[in-house]
Order: sequence, then structure tokens, then C-alpha cells
Amino acid sequence: MQFFIEVLVGGLLSGVMYALVALGFVLIYKASGVFNFAQGAMVFFAALTFVGFQEVLPGWLGLEADSSVVFWLAFLLAFIAMIVLGIATERIVLRPLVNQPHITLFMATIGLTYVVEGLAQMTWGANVRGLDLGIVDEPIAWLMDNYEIGVSKFDLFAAGVAASLVALLALLFQYTKVGRALRAVADDHQAALSIGIPLQTIWRVVWAVAGFVALVAGMIWGARNGVQFALTFTALKALPVLILGGFTSVPGAIVGGLIIGASEKLAEVYVGPFVGGGIEGWFPYMLALAFLLVRPEGLFGEKHIDRV
Amino acid sequence: MLYREAGQFKATYAEDSQIFPIRQDKIGFWVLMLVFGVAVPLLSNEYWLKAILIPVLIFSLAAIGLNILTGYAGQLSLGSAAFMAVGAFAAYNFILRIEGMPFLVALVLAGLTAALVGIMFGLPSLRIKGFYLAVATLAAQFFIVWALVKFPWFSNNSSSGVVTAQDVTILGYTFVTPESKYVLTFLIVALMALLAKNMVRSSTGRAWMAVRDMDVAAQVIGFRLMRTKLLAFAVSSFYCGVAGALYAYTYIGTVEPEGFNLDLSFKILFMIIIGGVGSIMGSFLGAAFIVLLPIFLDNVVPVIFGDSLGAGFVSNFQLIVFGGLIIFFLIVEPHGLARLWQIAKEKLRLWPFPH
Repeated sequence: MQFFIEVLVGGLLSGVMYALVALGFVLIYKASGVFNFAQGAMVFFAALTFVGFQEVLPGWLGLEADSSVVFWLAFLLAFIAMIVLGIATERIVLRPLVNQPHITLFMATIGLTYVVEGLAQMTWGANVRGLDLGIVDEPIAWLMDNYEIGVSKFDLFAAGVAASLVALLALLFQYTKVGRALRAVADDHQAALSIGIPLQTIWRVVWAVAGFVALVAGMIWGARNGVQFALTFTALKALPVLILGGFTSVPGAIVGGLIIGASEKLAEVYVGPFVGGGIEGWFPYMLALAFLLVRPEGLFGEKHIDRV
Repeated sequence: MLYREAGQFKATYAEDSQIFPIRQDKIGFWVLMLVFGVAVPLLSNEYWLKAILIPVLIFSLAAIGLNILTGYAGQLSLGSAAFMAVGAFAAYNFILRIEGMPFLVALVLAGLTAALVGIMFGLPSLRIKGFYLAVATLAAQFFIVWALVKFPWFSNNSSSGVVTAQDVTILGYTFVTPESKYVLTFLIVALMALLAKNMVRSSTGRAWMAVRDMDVAAQVIGFRLMRTKLLAFAVSSFYCGVAGALYAYTYIGTVEPEGFNLDLSFKILFMIIIGGVGSIMGSFLGAAFIVLLPIFLDNVVPVIFGDSLGAGFVSNFQLIVFGGLIIFFLIVEPHGLARLWQIAKEKLRLWPFPH
């Protein structure tokens, strides 16, 4: 039983990390109807930029490498880089493709993935780098002593970050002017345009916010596994989360992430040994697929009605 | 001046519905066939045949497969490489396990196996549409590659999952030289391309296009959705499967499941985007473009920027150029190279008096 709970909690917490990436997808899809395949590449780009600045800044400014000034300055610069990337994407890729079919935009973001990956590695090099957030990846002693359940401090921290990020986004969406405009655009592009909401500004804001989410996700994933090219595969982890939760729902991304994370780990532990293990790669997809057969629009997605 | 259709009258329906209604096109087509079927294998050297021409042909076949599914039937798939893997490993096992299995029969059986797997993964398309389906096809990609690695039976218990293709023998003749392999590939690809062209011109193809344009409307006017969609998945996977078998047998010789990864699927997708979505000819142009581009960049980038930058720079530069071109094509010419070719033909008809 303890083992089961340990696996379950571990799965749920890693699900939070998937949800973090899925969140970026949802934001952009909601606001612009673009299924942004490049989100994984953006996670990689953001993390690499952050670590890269962390490396070069002490030299430029003459500061200690582990001072918090360097950390926050690198964070800020990486965020600015993500904003620039978002604006450039809007200007160069999205604007000429307005009114094209969704599939075209999707394929354009696959192209964007390659560009961003190449750009990131060309600027900062392809070495694997460590990223230290100052949180140790070890079990919480109190839980370990009393209940013999190993829950990583780091995972808990990641979950906390994700929760506060979601809360922040929810506040942004509900209570600010920009948030209202975002929701209006998500509801209906044309109606939003006709009451004077500048679509392109909104898109830029959304890409910048998605860039911020990618930065946070990249830092957490990077601290876990090292900042390396494999970070781009986080997108592939997030996709089943998305189709399970529905493309258009922020809570869906979180709930989907939790379900995928938990079931994936449980399946690996309890089903994996019978078929030779390593099923983590495809199990989430199969789960999502099976689920879609029952509910084609995902858990919280908008029901799609076809009209002739 | 040369490209005129004046004086070519069509008196019967059969004449009107030919693949090449204009005589010059027909001549051009046969010249092209002679050049690539006879002249190229005679004149070309080993490097060109092995590294460029054979892969272009094989990828063209895979691209035709994906084009049938995505371009004609409108079902976006990100798992075409997995179906190539099914074809390659099926052909290997048929030849290995059945005594005296003729190569061409094995090829067809490999295609049919891939088609069967394709139908299985196509079933969700009846319920799921658009992006949800695209993501669902990733399930095929990951599951098939995983299964081929995990169950050693598929690779005849080879420890690393790598299999070496047996010799290709047809009617006692063994294909060893690159020239003979090229001719074999060429004939198979040409035949299948012709079949595909006729398929998309016939009622089957029209049904696919109706479903692509709007499946509810197609259903209302009497197309059977399930049949049409599953047929598209089956035919598409058949083509990918045969392409995969050829990939193993006439191109690289030793294959491993991991070689048929998501990157390869994306590459095939890029081929049809750049070549032209919904065009058989575009599949060839796109495949040629995607195969030639890295070779071109490998040779050109060091010349322009000097050697000092190292291999990492070249590969990153390739990524950027690749992605940039995809975006460029989608913005500037969403119908790809095939459309450019058509525009060129239109221009040629009017040339040199465009008024």
C-alpha cells in the first residue's frame, strides 16, 4: 500500500510538470486557435537562454556566479528573450497566415519548432548544462520517518510553482482588462475585432505569456533533468495531456496532467513488467486515445458541432 | 511556342479523361521515364544512385502514401514512419520465415500488413477529428516502434533490434549492384505512382476529397464515411509499408526500429507540404527537395562561412533553414512546388505572346 501511494504521489507530481507544459499549449490555442507544436522547443529555448545568461552574466557584471542578482537578472533577460520570440513569431509567422486553415498553422509551428531549436543551439551551444534552483531532490524526511512514503521535495516544489502559476493566470484572465480581452478573443475572433479589441496585440500578449510559462516549465524540467535537447520532448509528453483535458481548457490541462502522470507511473510499475517495460512512451497516448473514443472533445473541451 | 494544345481535339470521353490530355505532356512524360529508367542507371555513378536517387524514389513513395491520407482524404497523420517500419519488418519476416518467398510477393504482403495496422490506427478517425486525430496518430508512431524494439521476435532475436535485409532475388536474378537496385525501385515506384494517380482521379479519390472538404456534407450526399476513411488509411499505409520495405531492401540494407522515428515522420510531412498537398507529382518534387537540401547545405555552408564553425553549426543551420523553408512555403505557396510547376506550364502556354 505504501508503495502504491508512493508511486501514485510521484505520478501525480510528475503529472504537474506535464501540465505545466500543456498550459502553454492551451493558452495559445484558446486565444488564437493555433495548435503550437513549438511549445516544447520554446521550453528548451527558454531554459537554455536562462542558463546561458547565468553563465555569461557574472563575467560581464563582475558578480559572484551564485548571487541572486544574477539569477533574477538571467530570469528577466530570458523572459525578455521569450517576449521577443513571441512578437517575432506573431509578426513573421502568424500574421501572414491569418485566415488559413488550422492545419496550415499547425504545420507552420512544426517549422517554427525547427527554427527555434536551431536558434537556441546555435546561440548557446549544444552542451548539456545543469540548472540549480537550490532545492534538493530528496524525500521529505517527516513523511519518510512517519509513514515511510518517499515524496520528493523537488516534486512538491514543482507542484507548488504550477499551482501558483495557474492561480496567477486565473487572476489575470478573470480580473484584468487584458484578461477580459483575451477571453473575448478566445470566444470569437470576429466579435472581438468588431468591438475594437486589437487582435494582434492580444496575440503578442498571449505568446509572451506562453513564453513565460515555457520559461518556468523549462527551469523546472531543466533543474530535474539538465538543460539539454531532450527538453523539447516535453511537448510530446504534454500532447496526451492536452487531448485528454481538451485543448481549450486550463483546468483540463491540470486535471489531464494529473491523470496522465499518475496512470503512466502506475502502468509502468504494475503493467510494465508483463510486457517488458518502457511503456511510458506510448501509454499516455493510448490512454488518451481510448478516452477520446468515448468523449471526442476531451474532458473539458468545447463540444464541436458540425453544420453543413 | 512548342507547348500548344491547338489542333488536339477530343472526340470521345476516353480521350478527354486521359492522365495527360495534351500530347506534349505525354511525350514529356515518356522522355522523363526513359531518362530516369534507362539513361540515369547507365550514366550515373554509384554515389548518386545510392545516396540520392534511390532514397528520393523511396521517400516519394512514402510521401505519396501520406499525401493520399492527408492531402486527399484530409486526415493529418504524424505516424507515417511507423508504417514504414511495419513494412520493412514485415517484409523481413516474410522472407525469413517462409521458405522460397518471392521478393515481390513479400513486398505486397508487407504492404498489406502495414495496411492492416493502418486500419487499426485509423479506426479512431471515425470519432476524432483535426488536431485530436493528429495527436492520436502519434500513438501509432510510439507504440509501433516500441513494439518492434521490445519483442525480439520481429527482429529474429537480434540483440540490438537491428536486422540486415536479405538479398533481393527475383526469378533467379540477384540484385546486388546499385544500378540494378535502382531500376527495381524505379519500376516499383513508377507503377505504384501510376496506380495512385489513377486512384485519386477515380471515384475513390473523389470520395476522399469530398470527405476532406467536409465529412458531414459528404455523408449527407451518400458517401460511406467509415469505408472511405478506412480505405484512405489502408491505402496510405500500404504505400508507406512498401516504401519501408524498399527502404530496407534496396536502400540502406540494415534497419533498426529506432530509425523510423518521429523525425522521419515529420520529414515525410514536410515533403508533402513543400511538394504540394494533394498532388502525386508534388510528392516526388517534395521528396527530391528534402533529400537534396541537406546534401546541398552540407556542401555550401562550409564554403560560405568557412570551415571554422564546425559540424554543430552546420546541423543547426540546417534545422533553421528547414523550418524557415516550411514556414516560407506555407506563407508564399501553400500548394507547394507542384503548384509552381503548374504556373510555369500556364505561362509556357502563353509564351511568348502573353496577350
